[in-house]
Amino acid sequence: MQSLSRTEVEDFLFNEAELLDQWRLPEWLTLFTDDAKYEVPCTDLPADASSESNLFYIADDRVRLGERVKRLMKRTAHAEFPHSKTSRIVGNVRIQARREDEIDVSCVFQTLRTKDGVTDLYFGTSRYRLAVDGEGLRIREKRCLLAGDGLRPSGRISIVL
Amino acid sequence: MNAQHQPALLVDPAQRIFKVARRNFVDPDIFRAEKEMIFDRSWLYLGHSSELPKPGDFITRKVAGRGVLFTRDSKGQLRALLNTCPHRGAQVCRERKGNAKSFQCFYHGWVFGADGKLRSQPGEASYPEGFKGRDTSNMQPVPRFETYRDFNFISFDSNIVPLVDYLAGAKEFLDVICDQTDAGMSIVAGSQEYSIRANWKLLTENSIDGYHAATTHATYFDILMSSTDNLAGGMGGGGYGYDLGNGHAVLEYGAPWGRPVAQWIPGWGEAGKSEIDQLYDNLVKRHGQERADRIARKNRNLFIFPNLVVNDIMALTVRTYFPVAPDYMVINAWALAPNDESAWARKYRLNNFLEFLGPGGFATPDDAEALEHCQRGFENSKEALWNDISKGMGKDKAHHDDELQMRAFWTQWNKQMFPAPASGIKGVAA
Repeated sequence: MQSLSRTEVEDFLFNEAELLDQWRLPEWLTLFTDDAKYEVPCTDLPADASSESNLFYIADDRVRLGERVKRLMKRTAHAEFPHSKTSRIVGNVRIQARREDEIDVSCVFQTLRTKDGVTDLYFGTSRYRLAVDGEGLRIREKRCLLAGDGLRPSGRISIVL
Repeated sequence: MNAQHQPALLVDPAQRIFKVARRNFVDPDIFRAEKEMIFDRSWLYLGHSSELPKPGDFITRKVAGRGVLFTRDSKGQLRALLNTCPHRGAQVCRERKGNAKSFQCFYHGWVFGADGKLRSQPGEASYPEGFKGRDTSNMQPVPRFETYRDFNFISFDSNIVPLVDYLAGAKEFLDVICDQTDAGMSIVAGSQEYSIRANWKLLTENSIDGYHAATTHATYFDILMSSTDNLAGGMGGGGYGYDLGNGHAVLEYGAPWGRPVAQWIPGWGEAGKSEIDQLYDNLVKRHGQERADRIARKNRNLFIFPNLVVNDIMALTVRTYFPVAPDYMVINAWALAPNDESAWARKYRLNNFLEFLGPGGFATPDDAEALEHCQRGFENSKEALWNDISKGMGKDKAHHDDELQMRAFWTQWNKQMFPAPASGIKGVAA
């Protein structure tokens, strides 16, 4: 993967954003490895805090991430029924480290969500650990570091960031 | 306030009618009156002693619209100071939290100790002798500041009853919650700070509403059903709602989820079982079988008037919230945990917390949606006047999914809002 370019990583992240914006969540889930984590720490924690000893907003292992997707596809997931419209911009993509079979990537995200005539903005930095094999890239870890002051006024993270 | 309005509550015990005017959730006059009659005259939660472990530790927090500097002074004593310079008013401390020997107002450079006392100011010689000794030269303490079992409360009413009297029946439930360990409890690092575009009283109601769970949280129970064997028996364990006096209320009930206090579920494995068994045995030794069972196996959603919720459920949560506008509130929530908890149990506690609770969980976002849609429903409040919270009214013992708890809140709210019938808006009309 020494040869993996930033453009290839960007294509992967842009594709992820598109799947989320189109609510193709079961397909989005296949981007993750079986040992994957998806985490959103509280904004008063250091960026590398552990979800085992600190309170987060979200700390999903692969099983709970699957439950999250299942839930969000139901009409009884009231917070997202009818689905919000979302628009994600992913930028400032950087490959931060390369290892044997994975790379560390950081990017900036800005996600707009509109529901019932109200638009919220979620923004911050995402840190990815991406597994690399012959098949391409998969997400082993996605940590979204919200840059806002808590979750105000956006209120809740009912979508996937 | 306008006297031609309808009453805030409509109560007729004989007919089992308890109705709440929807105007209470939207009217700017009500909102303004609440600031004065509720938030200026109640004990309000400030924070937990464990958040300030060392002398010099401080946190700035907003309580009922006021900036408060919560400190532990050099002698180890907790202080609640109004975060405003006695000189010209600037907020003295502008950081969220930290540790400091003193605080300097950046405007004119006055320096205060962690006890709020003026230490020095530039150009001291221009001030009269003894200026530093005047009370008015110091940062002002919040009028009242008292602590119960490491829960720190403030009040802006210097004549309010002592905290322990105010807590009334809620005190005993706080004891049950705090008695799960002898080692004391601490707030886990990480604050959930969120908001809901709805009236604050809707969250009060929601926090003690056992009736909405099955429908609002259907997706959570789907997940619970697939991950626990005993769901059918668990919720059937049922429970009761209690009016604890002074507007406080609680529901106490059995539930199928694992409780790191001492209720094991198969998902936690055999290693987890031996640890939970040990915790349970310790509880029995310390408190006897009956109280141990209550501590370990019963869940409590405890509401302390007007805006503190302590949920002792699949995790232990402390949540407080404040109105910013009639249709907008800010919420702060924390996880509380025993100091002597193992890393294993702490992990499951937090895991439990996030699965259900908080703005990224599988339940709280649906609550927020419900509350926001109530607020939208209240757009019709001039035509559709009333909410009905009469469920279970007149029963000898209210079930946990009855609405006694909400009636307890509203009765106190009404009492504080409209102490004398002649003051404008009428209170209870039979």
